[in-house]
Amino acid sequence: MTVHIPSALRSYTGQKSEVEAEGRTLAEVLSVLDGRHPGLRFRIVTEQDQIRPHIRIFVNETQVQALETRLGPDDQLYIVLALSGG
Amino acid sequence: MARSVTPATKRPRAAGSVGLLIGTRKGAFILRGDRSRRTWTLSPPLFLGHVIHHLVLDPRDGRTLLMAASTGHLGPTIYRSTDRGKSWKEVAAPPAFSKAPEGQQGRTVGHVFWLTPAHANEPGVWYAGTSPQGLFRSEDGGVTWKPFSSINDDPQYRAWMGSVQDGTPDGPKLHSIIVDPRDPAHLYFAMSGGGVHESVDGGRTWTTLVQGLDVVEGFDPANVAFHDPHCVRLCPGNPDRLYQQNHCGIYRLDRPSDRWVRIGRNMPKQVGDIGFPMVLHPRDPDQVWVFPMDGGTVWPRVSPGGKPAAYVTHNAGKTWVRQDKGFPRSNAWWTVKRQAMTADGCDPVGLYLGTTSGEVWASRNGGASWTCLARHLPEIYSVEAAEF
Repeated sequence: MTVHIPSALRSYTGQKSEVEAEGRTLAEVLSVLDGRHPGLRFRIVTEQDQIRPHIRIFVNETQVQALETRLGPDDQLYIVLALSGG
Repeated sequence: MARSVTPATKRPRAAGSVGLLIGTRKGAFILRGDRSRRTWTLSPPLFLGHVIHHLVLDPRDGRTLLMAASTGHLGPTIYRSTDRGKSWKEVAAPPAFSKAPEGQQGRTVGHVFWLTPAHANEPGVWYAGTSPQGLFRSEDGGVTWKPFSSINDDPQYRAWMGSVQDGTPDGPKLHSIIVDPRDPAHLYFAMSGGGVHESVDGGRTWTTLVQGLDVVEGFDPANVAFHDPHCVRLCPGNPDRLYQQNHCGIYRLDRPSDRWVRIGRNMPKQVGDIGFPMVLHPRDPDQVWVFPMDGGTVWPRVSPGGKPAAYVTHNAGKTWVRQDKGFPRSNAWWTVKRQAMTADGCDPVGLYLGTTSGEVWASRNGGASWTCLARHLPEIYSVEAAEF
């Protein structure tokens, strides 16, 4: 599936705004992403496996919060910085 | 206690090139001085926009730098350079708390606040303190980090740490990690809040060191949770002596005593003895500097009366001398955070501080006079002096 990367994380993806990753769940996709772009996962997911407070993840147009969320191969995954800066 | 002794040098280092490693709310900067410490050159920002709490050079190799970083949105990390800051790489496993068992609430590192290189005989070993309070150790030069379960997961320590609402406005912090230069297993650290603690077995077991420390009026000093050390330092010239700037005064501790003495009582009453930094002379254990701030009413955290000044004692706290030559005489409403004031190893000793208003000030004569080296930086969180 295609994963859309926000500007703040593109230092991990060689400045690419879209990368490909595979997995049956959000957790698996993030694990694959971290293997290809080391360090990326910890910037958006805590050591307690919680999505960080100012990060939002959308599958297609639906926000998801659980890493166990199931994904399909044609889904679009969007990692977004929350509009929390004022 | 038995210790393997590595004598601290008593000889002043030559006035080499001093570099100031500056962490700010919006990135890091390196301010490089010439050999006379008269001319300074400011680097472009490093990691512009990142919150940099601490930037530290490893004195054991003179080239490895660790930088504690976070941003407004992303989780915390550490960047590492092995070429004195020319290039940087993110570490593989930054400090993180242990995963909580299923059904229990685990803690999350908000930011790495403090970095301490370990003993000279332990190359590659570093300690880190975090917000919320956590103690971590790396044995590979900062590339990977492991938590101290003896602190981070201990029920008593967790109780003393309190919740994230019990600490400083920017989050409760573990700081002032100190390694005895005579013994790598002899450690100290402090928590805001949560007191001062000591280990003589490399961190397997700990004892508290809060005797003699005051707490906010109305609270019980016997409760370690109510103690708020701001900055604790161990004298390079006498490792049996520590000084402390606390939320409630300035203190000295001469081991083996475990009772702190409030030497801030000797400060001028109109200035008081509240502040953040504590700076020690590199050789003379009787000389220390503080930078008082207004801790009255709602804690404005600015220079008292808008008139910034350092205070120095030359006799271990019996008397204090105001040092304000060169600073603004009025309407300077800034202060200096706990990691943002330091000394070099030169003779005469150089002092450096970074302000909450983004200025860097220096003294080449032990604080007798001060010069502004840089203005208009972001809010300064830390300043470390390193020899390049």
